This record gives sequence, C-alpha cells and structure tokens, in this order.
Amino acid sequence: MSSTPLLEVTGLQKHFPVHAGLLRRQVAAVKAVDGVSFSVAKGETLGLVGESGCGKTTTGRMIMRLLDPTAGSITFEGREISRLSQGRMRPLRRDIQMIFQDPYSSLNPRKTVGSIVGAPFHLQDIKTEHGVKRAVQELLELVGLNPEHYNRYPHEFSGGQRQRIGIARTLALKPKLIVADEPVSALDVSIQAQVVNLLEDLQNELGLTYVVIAHDLSVVRHISDRVAVMYLGRMVEIADQADLYTRPQHPYTKALLSAVPVPDPAARKERERIRLTGDVPSPLNPPPGCPFHPRCWKAQPKCATEVPVLSERTPGRSVACHFPED
Amino acid sequence: MSTVYEPSAAPAATARAFLEVRDLRIHFPTDDGLVRSVDGLDFTLERGQTLGIVGESGSGKSVTSLGILGLHHRKNSRMSGEIWLDGRELVGADPDDVRRLRGRAMAMIFQDPLSSMHPFYTIGAQIIEAYRIHNAVSKRVARKHAIDMLGRVGIPTPDKRVDDYPHQFSGGMRQRAMIAMALSCDPELLIADEPTTALDVTVQAQILDLLRDLQQEFNSAIIMITHDLGVVAELSDRIMVMYGGRSIEQGTVEELFHSPQHPYTWGLLGSMPRLDRDRTDRLMPVKGSPPSLINLPSGCAFHPRCPHAQGPGSPCTTVRPELVATAAHSGHRVACHLSPEQRLDIWENQIRPNL
Repeated sequence: MSSTPLLEVTGLQKHFPVHAGLLRRQVAAVKAVDGVSFSVAKGETLGLVGESGCGKTTTGRMIMRLLDPTAGSITFEGREISRLSQGRMRPLRRDIQMIFQDPYSSLNPRKTVGSIVGAPFHLQDIKTEHGVKRAVQELLELVGLNPEHYNRYPHEFSGGQRQRIGIARTLALKPKLIVADEPVSALDVSIQAQVVNLLEDLQNELGLTYVVIAHDLSVVRHISDRVAVMYLGRMVEIADQADLYTRPQHPYTKALLSAVPVPDPAARKERERIRLTGDVPSPLNPPPGCPFHPRCWKAQPKCATEVPVLSERTPGRSVACHFPED
Repeated sequence: MSTVYEPSAAPAATARAFLEVRDLRIHFPTDDGLVRSVDGLDFTLERGQTLGIVGESGSGKSVTSLGILGLHHRKNSRMSGEIWLDGRELVGADPDDVRRLRGRAMAMIFQDPLSSMHPFYTIGAQIIEAYRIHNAVSKRVARKHAIDMLGRVGIPTPDKRVDDYPHQFSGGMRQRAMIAMALSCDPELLIADEPTTALDVTVQAQILDLLRDLQQEFNSAIIMITHDLGVVAELSDRIMVMYGGRSIEQGTVEELFHSPQHPYTWGLLGSMPRLDRDRTDRLMPVKGSPPSLINLPSGCAFHPRCPHAQGPGSPCTTVRPELVATAAHSGHRVACHLSPEQRLDIWENQIRPNL
C-alpha cells in the first residue's frame, strides 16, 4: 500500500434532523452515519456491505459530496474536501465519479446516448482532440457497446447495456476514484457477471480506484481487495477480503456470511447457520452500547452500556466488538 | 439412448400428479407482434414438494405462475394447454370457478410486499377479508384466525400488530404478513414469486426457514420462482430452468447442480460468484442478452448466446430441440442438440473445473 491513501475518511457523520410541532423544532436526528473511518489506497477496491438502512449509500453520497457531512473529514489526495463550497468542489468532480444503481432512472430518457455520455465534456469545458463525438464513440467501444449507437435513446437498450452507458459516462473524464452504488443489483445474473468483469477490466486498464457499495456479499468478495462491514451507521469490521470471508471476527459479519444461500444442495444440511432474530433497529433510536447487542448471541452486560471502538487487532484488520471471534 | 418425452403417453398409466401443466402456452397480442411469453411448457409437482423455477427476466417465470392462478385477463392474452390442479382442469374452466379456488386451493406470495398490500387497510383487515371470502365465519373468528396466522409466521405481539398498517411494518415483517395472508386459507399450492429478492440476506434466511417450516406443517406444494440459484438450492426438491418461454432443463436439485446438461444452466452457474468456493479471477458470463419474445431466434432459442452451438445450417439454428430425458426413466430432462456424450465431456472437462 502506498504511503498516502487516495481517499481517507475519518469520523464521518451524517445526522438527518427530524422536525415536529408548529415551530418545526428539531426533536430528534436520524443517525444515518455515525462515525465512520476508512481509507482507500490508489488502485484498490474497497467493498462496503451491510443491510439496508446501515448507512452505506449515505457514506457513498458524502464522499461524492452529494450530501454534506454533519461532522468528520474526507481527504482526497491529501486535500480536505468535506467543507469545500460547491464552486470549489466543481473542478474536483472530474476526479471523483459515481455509478448509480438503477440504469433505468439514472439516464435521461429524452437525450441520446451521445449527449448523455458527452455531457461531462461540456460541463467541465474539456476540449477533446478529435471532437466530442469521437471521444464518446471511443468510450462506448471501451465499455463494449457499438459506437454506431451514438444517436439512440436509452429505451432502445437493455438493462445491462444501459448500465454500460452509465459506466461510459462515468469514465468520460478519466476519474481517479469511482463510487459505485449497487452497480449490478438491478441486473440479471448473467448480465451481472458481464458488468462485474467489465469493471475489473477497466480497473486494470485505467488504474481506477473503486469504492463499491453493495448488499450482495458474493459480488463484493469477487470484486474487492478490502471489505468494510457496516451496521446501523457504524463500521463493525474492516479487513482484507480473504481474511474477512474466511475468518470473520465480528459476530455480525459471521451471521451475515452464514445467511448467504449457497448454490450447493449437498451443503444445505451440513452448513452451520446463525439465525439472527428480529430486524435492524431504527437509526432514529439506536440501542445504547454496541448497536448490534440486541441481536447478538454473544452479548454480555458490558455490550449494552459501552460502545465498542473500531480497533486494529492485527495489521490491516479492525473490529468493533468487545468479544470478537478468533 | 434418449427417448422423446411425450406428455400424453407417460403419465397416463399412473394417477395424475397434484399439479400438472401440459403444453401451456400464454401469448399476448401487442402492437409490435405476438409476445410468446410461455410457449409449450410441461411440468408436474406433487404435494409437499418444492419446485424451483429459475431464469432471467423475460423467460416466462412470472407469466407461468400468474397463468396457473388464472390472473391473466382473457381479453388481452391467449392461453392454451392444460393445467390440472388436484384433478381439476383450470385453463378451460369458468373464471368464477377458478376464482373460488384462488386463495383457498392456491395462493401467491408476491415479490414486493409494499406494492402488493393495500396501504389504506390494516394488515388484519386484509387477512380477514381473504379468510372470510372462503369461509363463512364471523368477523370475530376471522380476526382471531388472522392473529393466529401472524403469530405463526413469527410476528411479535400479533394481537397488537394486527391493527397496524403496512407502512408500519418493516420489509421482512411485511413479507411475513404477506405469507400469513397467503396461508390463511390453508392452500394446497403456494406460488412464491421472488419472495426474498427485495430483502436483506439475514431477513431472507429467516423467510426461507419460515417457508420450509410451514411446508412441513401444511404439506403444501410450493413453486418457488427466483433468479437466485442459491435460494433454489436451499429450498427446492426439483428445479426447472426456463429460457425464452420454454423449459430447457428439469431435474432434481442434485442433478441440476451436480450434473447440469444444458449450456445455459452452465452459463448461469458460471455467472455467479460463490462464497463456498475459492475466489476465481474471472466470472464466466453468458454472452449477449436475453432474446426478444416477439422474435425468438430460430431453432434453439439459446443458440446465438451458446458457446457450443454449431454453425449456420446445423440443427441448433434450424430445429427447436425437444425436452428429452437424459436416460431412460430419468426425471432429468434437457432440451439441447448436443449428444449426451458431448455434453458430459464438456461439463466434466471444460465447465466443472472452472466453476
């Protein structure tokens, strides 16, 4: 790993205020993200997993500065960006780009593919050597689409092809960091694999750095170098992909992994399954102490009172638990 | 030697299966042409068994299930073939008769419980309505039954939650309530259309456990429609793989996962990253995208995407393969022009080592 990470996030928080009453006074806050820290080295892929409502998408949107953090810092290439104004942020946007989940709603249906993929050039006032059209066609080819489809509209493409259009738009300005929020979850299995392979090829070819947000643990394992697990706005475990999947140390990670259905009928009887009961608590009113303790089978009295801090147990591996597994 | 499967000849000697679908065709005339969503489908299902139907979007999985329930409008769809449920034929039956069966003999769990429940009525009211349509009982008895059902599917304090509205439930709880509603009349056939796709893995595991327990309790037949091969492996006894409105491979769950025979099934298995294996460098996706149901490719519908298809002029591009038993008296049937020896060779030497 290089000395200065490309992206460093420390103590990031996002609280959404809840207003009530005649005077619309703030009565509470939804703690969507409550103190998240991690770093991503250049050329690396960090996977961000967790159940819905754990704050993974909010984290991604804060890195993109689509949401303003309540507290904490985001450092990109050694530069603090969490407090930059929109105008100062603008030149940086070409370095940080996003891939969206839903290829149906993230493309304007009234624009042609050419103008969708070419839009970043106009917005950032970038002169291309052989004109924008040529640049767009090269991008379309790069993501495996026919460059002759330049004048077609999004509805003429299938879901997988639309996701490729979105990826072409993301790549237009040669970004350094790409935040991909559930890039394949809206696609069919066979198409999912095509897009996952494409993302990996592009990373090798262009030296991209990814933050991949997903709830599908097997896709995340396939694509990531390191994986961070989130629960109720906090990070519970972060480790190398191989370590995390073979020896999970946080009980939640362990439960999450054991819940993934395995496509092998022979294994369904032997497998040790941890059944978590109940649902994720509301981030409006998180439980005191360790946020996972009401569902944890190892919980002790200490867990209900003291918040465990994310601490490095072995190099590159941090766990937030009072009684981690070994 | 392989024998051609003839739906009319095989089951004649034995009694009819609990659910038997024969040569089912569901077509929709549209302005762009005739959409052949389901085009000649045969399968059977016994009580207490689970059939998993897998396939990509547009392969006809959901259209089949809605067809069994008789939920296609007769004005804008054309349905032919036979559906036998417990000795009754449903395709030619009077819609009112099918309606009386719906809910009582067969019920459905929909994919998205938020949009398939009425936001304006309480959960209890919706279960009570379903129960009272088929049973002449007082409101009080029906309410007690609804509370009982909610308790059975694992909703805490069901006597209070019965008066809640759908938006007050979380995603997993809503799906449980949906299951309670489907099971309220003790149906013999339960169709679950992507019941866990909208849910998180931990909740998905809870729902799958619940379905398994309830099946043992009620001895109902379950059709499980999903695109997640992990989910079918967990729950199914038999699996049917659909492509372009037809079944291209059928067999027990062991046959399908340990010795699949159709190139498309291989493609599906190669597409998914798996947690139970070492990490592979690259996934092996099926190239191309699913075909249009208006204009299916000639011959085998899968041939444009099939890496093992022979070139133009071969049977792959001209003759539609029939669903054929892989061995005499075997329930494992596959629709492919490759010879059984070729298929075995490709599976053993090219596909299996790379999975």
